[in-house]
Amino acid sequence: MIKIKVSLLDDLYKKIAETYPLYLPVEVAGEVNYGKYNSDSKVRLDVLKTVKSPKDAFFPQSENLVKFKVDGQKIEVIDVREEAKPFVVMGVRACDYKAFDVLDRVFLVDPLDTYYQTKREAGIVITAACGRPDETCFCTVFGIDPTDPKGDVTTWLVDGYLYWRANTAKGEELTKAVSSLAEETDGKAVDKQKEEVKKILKKLPNADIKPEVFDENMLDLFHDKKWQKLSEACLGCGTCTFVCPTCQCFDIKEFITNDGVNRFRCWDSCMYKDFTKTAGGQPRPTQMQRFRQRFMHKLVYYPKNNGGLYSCVGCGRCVKKCPQHLNIVKVIKAFGGDDNE
Amino acid sequence: MQKIEELMYKRASEMLESGEVDRVIAWKKGETCYDVSPATFTKDNLEGFVYDAFCGANLSKYLVEESKKGGKILVFLKPCDTYSFNQLLSEHRIKRENVYVIGIECQGKIDANKLQKKGIDGILSVEEKGDKLTVKTLYGDKEIAFEEALSVKCETCKSKEFAVSDETIVLNEMRDNREKRFEAVERLEKMTEEERYAFWQAELSKCIRCNACRNVCPACTCTHCVFDNDKSGIAGKANADSFEEKLFHIIRSYHVAGRCTDCGECSRVCPQNIPLHLINRKYIKDMNEFYGEYQAGAAVTALNPIVDFTKEDVEAATVVGGKK
Repeated sequence: MIKIKVSLLDDLYKKIAETYPLYLPVEVAGEVNYGKYNSDSKVRLDVLKTVKSPKDAFFPQSENLVKFKVDGQKIEVIDVREEAKPFVVMGVRACDYKAFDVLDRVFLVDPLDTYYQTKREAGIVITAACGRPDETCFCTVFGIDPTDPKGDVTTWLVDGYLYWRANTAKGEELTKAVSSLAEETDGKAVDKQKEEVKKILKKLPNADIKPEVFDENMLDLFHDKKWQKLSEACLGCGTCTFVCPTCQCFDIKEFITNDGVNRFRCWDSCMYKDFTKTAGGQPRPTQMQRFRQRFMHKLVYYPKNNGGLYSCVGCGRCVKKCPQHLNIVKVIKAFGGDDNE
Repeated sequence: MQKIEELMYKRASEMLESGEVDRVIAWKKGETCYDVSPATFTKDNLEGFVYDAFCGANLSKYLVEESKKGGKILVFLKPCDTYSFNQLLSEHRIKRENVYVIGIECQGKIDANKLQKKGIDGILSVEEKGDKLTVKTLYGDKEIAFEEALSVKCETCKSKEFAVSDETIVLNEMRDNREKRFEAVERLEKMTEEERYAFWQAELSKCIRCNACRNVCPACTCTHCVFDNDKSGIAGKANADSFEEKLFHIIRSYHVAGRCTDCGECSRVCPQNIPLHLINRKYIKDMNEFYGEYQAGAAVTALNPIVDFTKEDVEAATVVGGKK
């Protein structure tokens, strides 16, 4: 393990950015989201949760798929995919890193999503251990250890130093590139932080919820009367889905350009009225049905298709950001998954 | 607020019990102190009924759907919410005869995101003591002035008068912050065009097109929004480029201009804390200056400054000057 003085972090970012495009949490107009590093970036590695998760790095909110150039009767199909060049995503928390696993099982199975695959293979991920969990956090419910995330490199911010451990060959290579800024360490400070954080994790108010209540009786859950009450204040906005690191639904749209058509995909939200609308109409005409779909997908359908893996990682963004405070914790508790009761 | 909550609970139980109303729309307590959701209560089920400093959500818009369902509804409205209610009445969106309005005391609402911005994280509970808040957190107790934790929309509270009510529950004098209402707009007006462009560019670049601002807005009651309508030609689920989010917010603000009561819900719900209310507040300030003071929702009226005119009206371009 090596460590780098916090005062040298700007040099570290510059060093990485010399070779790779670097994406990390940056503050713009008071909010922290992942952004591409440049020398003016206000980097905020200290912020626990970016508003949006880092899933944009592999699955951007909107992404061009193909262009059609139209010239009279002639239509030319233009592949807009570029050869992937390696890039670095830094500051990824354990929950968000686990979310990549959830996305992989959707995009990297047959039919393979080459747009996602190209980026996923080119991406080098530097994770960041959590030093100060928030009351909205509940990643431990899903077996995630926020004090020691994986990734190509793991980092810890402790007492004025960024501790750095390479986990993979890609990570080793990156470590070589930044070694001039680093010094060797025994990592004892990291162990101490881990112990302290683990004490806090036990005190988290949502640490004991039991998503397993969704493991049985799919139809009973589906027809449960509680959904009506749980969803009644839902505005039908897309906040929960767009801040969620595991939501993966998208729509394919087109717009007309001067000389053709640009086909792109963009995140969709099951909360929206026109979600999965077809010529036959909207399969879920009420907000209750749409609300139910989101949680049934995360806690029932996805796990059934993926060996029991829930498609929630407990990042707690929806807990903090839902305008009317409806969220997955409330849903799990309402169905009896509250150990404190 | 505890006393107010008790009185509200009492009235809600009485009215449900006597059959004067069939349903009550109020706020329901959730898992954490700031976790409060709008909810419908019925006879025998007032569990979780709450009214505290976190009840910022404006309940007026829920009446659009609820008042159509039949039966009589009791709704609790804070002073600012009553303006939205009136505006919805003006637009024939709420069936007035189905709603009983109780205006309730409000001393400003607080926002958990604001606490976090002030460095208070790991929030477990919040206790009000006079004008101070004691916040219990995972990292020890913290103290902060109530004023410091005020929700953005309450920082510039425009009025503590009820624009409409069938009865009120008010025990203490309510204070507003109306003298501060246009301060932020004035700051923007004083900027150079380049500075102002940079300000909005940075703010709107954060937009994730979640539509929370639109869906919560009491002035946005179209059953099929142009942005959701493939046939409109401007439907958009995502910002295809950095210009699109501006287009969305500007079109939306124009559509609600003259009808926006400045309730501030758009900024309260924005996950990226974009000060969206300032766009319409600028229009309100301009309307006040050019055509005389006007407050949407102050009265039930068919006319608003955008759809009404007199021969004496100024041409806006001659006042502010067109771009040469």
